[in-house]
Amino acid sequence: METGWQLSADRPIYLQLVEHLQLSILSGQLPPGGRVPPVRELAAEAGVNPNTMQRALQDLEQSGLVQTQRTSGRTVTQDAGMIDALRAQRARREVGAFLDSMTRLGMPARAAASLAADEAARREPQPPREG
Amino acid sequence: MEPVLECSRLVKDYEHTRALAGVDLTLYRGRIVGLLGPNGSGKTTLIKLAAGLLQPTAGEILVAGRAPGRETKALVSYLPERTYLPDWMSASQAVEFFSDFYADFDAAAAMDMLGRLAIPLESRFKALSKGTREKIQLILVMSRRAQLYLLDEPIGGVDPAARDYILQTILSNYREDATVVISTHLIADVEQVLDQVIFLRSGTVQLCTSVDEIRAEHGCSVDAFFREVYKC
Repeated sequence: METGWQLSADRPIYLQLVEHLQLSILSGQLPPGGRVPPVRELAAEAGVNPNTMQRALQDLEQSGLVQTQRTSGRTVTQDAGMIDALRAQRARREVGAFLDSMTRLGMPARAAASLAADEAARREPQPPREG
Repeated sequence: MEPVLECSRLVKDYEHTRALAGVDLTLYRGRIVGLLGPNGSGKTTLIKLAAGLLQPTAGEILVAGRAPGRETKALVSYLPERTYLPDWMSASQAVEFFSDFYADFDAAAAMDMLGRLAIPLESRFKALSKGTREKIQLILVMSRRAQLYLLDEPIGGVDPAARDYILQTILSNYREDATVVISTHLIADVEQVLDQVIFLRSGTVQLCTSVDEIRAEHGCSVDAFFREVYKC
């Protein structure tokens, strides 16, 4: 399905698996309504204990992002609102981390935000000039 | 289901040395368990008792509810610290030997794994490196459909790439009715595949918990935690 399960050594493995699976859902690698691979397959791919992967999937189930189908394993929710809410939540966390590291660089939050806005404008495709 | 391994007040003495000093332990099925501890803490003794190679001095040990003996040896697949296959044997002969010896041995699975690691099937063990012999031995042990796998230092002698393959092998052979016990010093390499860890010290269980509990509670890897606990 995907690669790059990079797990750090200092945080609980299952939390990192939850975050990784959330990213797969947000990026569309696991599309809404799509089938989630079986626990053992995911565990082998990530190189982790199947019980730990099971715990991560149960966590996603509890939050409603993933549903258990009686016959066909697990599927990703089709609720776009729920996926958007997760995106907003994850994005806010990333922004918080960004602002924290800007503060460490000695840059106030507002200045960091305007720098980010400039950078975003630069990345936008330029409209073709007339004439 | 009953626990796959139970120890209560288990004691083992070697002449004047007390190797296990009252171990209480219950292991359930479907786990991959790390048996960790410094040299001389009793890891190998505990494994040998479970494998039925040693008799307890006192206390009790039960494998699938029974005292270790002929019946439990059929349920237990044991990888000793040192390989025991004779020098004149080749990998393909060893596969035949295991097929004859163990009813639960899956020869096709063993041949498949040997092929994947590109192990020469017809070379005698005498002509193979220590690491290669260890890989063959581990493949044989993991190709049994046992209920309890006891692996004493399974990755110590092999290179990092083979180590990854071996851990993958353990993961892909995972079954809900079987438990794998891995004793090792190379904690950082195995901790992702473990769910439970047992810390031994001077023949007693100092800690029996999960990898994620250690990480959540102490904010560090099991490897780092071990170094802290057993600091010399």
